[in-house]
Amino acid sequence: MAGGASPGGSATTDTYAGARNWLLMPAWLVLGILSLAPVAMMLVYSFLTKEFRGGVIWEFSLAAYDQFFFDRGLFGDEPPRIEWTYISIFWRSIWQAGLATLMSLLIGFPTAYFIATRPEKVRPIWVFLITIPYWVNLLIRTVSMKFLLRDNGPLNDFLMSTGLIGEPIHIINTNFAVQLGLFYSYLPFMVLPIYASVERYNFTLSEAAADLYASKWVTLRRILLPTVKPGVIAGCILVFVPSLGSFLAPDLLGGAKNFMIGSLIEEQFKGSAGNWPFGAAIAMVLLTMVLILLLLFARQQARADREAGQ
Amino acid sequence: MSDARQIAIDVRDAVKRYGDFTALKRISLSIYDNEFFTLLGPSGCGKTTLLRMIAGFEDVTEGAIYLYGKEIEDLPPNRRPVNTVFQNYALFPHMSVLENVMFPLEMMGKKGDAKRRAREVLELVQLTQFANRKPSQLSGGQQQRVALARALAPQPKVLLLDEPLSALDQKLRKAMQIELKHIQRETGITFIFVTHDQEEALTMSDRIAVMSAGELQQLGKPTEIYEHPRNMFVADFIGETNLLEVSVDSFEAGRAVCHLGGGHEMHVDAVDGVGIGSKVHLSVRPERLYLTDVRADPDALPATVLENIFVGTNIMTIVDLKDGPNFTIRAANSDRGNARVFDAGSAVYVNGDKGAARLLVD
Repeated sequence: MAGGASPGGSATTDTYAGARNWLLMPAWLVLGILSLAPVAMMLVYSFLTKEFRGGVIWEFSLAAYDQFFFDRGLFGDEPPRIEWTYISIFWRSIWQAGLATLMSLLIGFPTAYFIATRPEKVRPIWVFLITIPYWVNLLIRTVSMKFLLRDNGPLNDFLMSTGLIGEPIHIINTNFAVQLGLFYSYLPFMVLPIYASVERYNFTLSEAAADLYASKWVTLRRILLPTVKPGVIAGCILVFVPSLGSFLAPDLLGGAKNFMIGSLIEEQFKGSAGNWPFGAAIAMVLLTMVLILLLLFARQQARADREAGQ
Repeated sequence: MSDARQIAIDVRDAVKRYGDFTALKRISLSIYDNEFFTLLGPSGCGKTTLLRMIAGFEDVTEGAIYLYGKEIEDLPPNRRPVNTVFQNYALFPHMSVLENVMFPLEMMGKKGDAKRRAREVLELVQLTQFANRKPSQLSGGQQQRVALARALAPQPKVLLLDEPLSALDQKLRKAMQIELKHIQRETGITFIFVTHDQEEALTMSDRIAVMSAGELQQLGKPTEIYEHPRNMFVADFIGETNLLEVSVDSFEAGRAVCHLGGGHEMHVDAVDGVGIGSKVHLSVRPERLYLTDVRADPDALPATVLENIFVGTNIMTIVDLKDGPNFTIRAANSDRGNARVFDAGSAVYVNGDKGAARLLVD
């Protein structure tokens, strides 16, 4: 984080050496106020004592984390056992976000490939078309999806009118509906980075592979995918991370049974039944988990690159 | 060429159209087994299109392509026993040099033998010590050799080379030209080489097909094409030449009497397709001309020296013909010849060796 102002880091002249810190101020302010400060606040709040009608009492307490990990019985006097309720919500969220990411990848990759292989002139039009739905507010889009997927909604009506199905498929309030909602919410985040890397891909490599006796499938697996891997990884991270903390899709499409972390956190800050320190603690656990996942991934990536570079 | 030689690639009436644009206008040619064959022409002449049709990257609009008697134009590239060295090398960036060379062998199911064979080919191109490097860690010339090794590894029946030397600097290029030629002889594989560089084509090829605007202009050995260009395009494209507009007046003992401007006459070997009254062009190579200060030959043309240019191995003299265009004359930079250098402004006569001037059809 501190690397931005390090002296002598680049080959540029020192004309602006004196002004550099001042010129960087806006960036530091944005980063500080919009990113670091909220996280610091959350961290502090998660170690405070809850006030019953929302808010906090400024008194140090581990109660929020204790509530997350341990079950001490109804009156809090039993020996602690591991609390599975929240861990299982976490697990379900990871699973749901993972499936949504996989769906986005399976649909997003061919889409990105399709756009990247169009004539250069029409590519921006396709990218534009992909982003059009995202001009509409996410809440409205998710509510519309709820309407579309209803038992007697347009999708089921259509399928029944074609005679494909005899009675409505029950989609709403299932895990699948949540995955579909997440998939739809974040698909462009998968398409755009993959598109960017496929566009830079040298298609002569595919020709070379075909020339050297590789089938289309082998060319995809052994030449195209490894070459555009950074784009695929960026896409997966950009879909997985927001899906994990999302609350609109699970709330509106999943119903009460298909609770995810986002909804759990939201609940802690809503109305008088909330528990701010607990909500902050869940958010901190989520943040830590995502950070660990990304770090593990980055390390594995670095190791793979080192091995390949030998 | 004797007919007894086996034909490696036979292109018959091949046409390639992209919409309204015809890239190849009905080309037929045969490439012999174990031949170093070059497709030569300016960019856009269709040479790369023809190569890509043989490789299988472009379909054939009309006509057929045979590989050792077997029709191949409908086979996808991965089922044709020909390999390509691409202009930008197209090395797989995430694989090491060795893995790149092993790739086609693995694809052919020769897994067990792949490593040994790959090392063998790397030895052929003298890259053994770079086997574990990534392509990005190699120089342009080394990448070029990897591309060559990778294409040679599966022992293709025909190797296609698409301007493989164009990205190299002059010196490296010359060295690679000779090395490619050696490798071709050593492996006995038929090479089809595409280039727009006429000097490169003359240096390396057994035979050259000169192409322009989607048509075959002339096919022959380098010496044939250089000494006996068939038309204006070939004469102009291959080497340097002086072109002169003439009309053919009559024939005397198998030689055409050509009428130049200003009442001058020249006697030139007759060629098929040029009759009496034709307005045609004469081509004269600069190195076949020499200057004298007195008229030695009745066909010699009067001129004035404009300038002398020193180009190392040669001295180039530009003269203004009295009744015609400017001519270029090249003399070897050596005392052994009897060539004389005249100062700018001198009145001279331009003389040619016998057979120096060639009549061109169209």
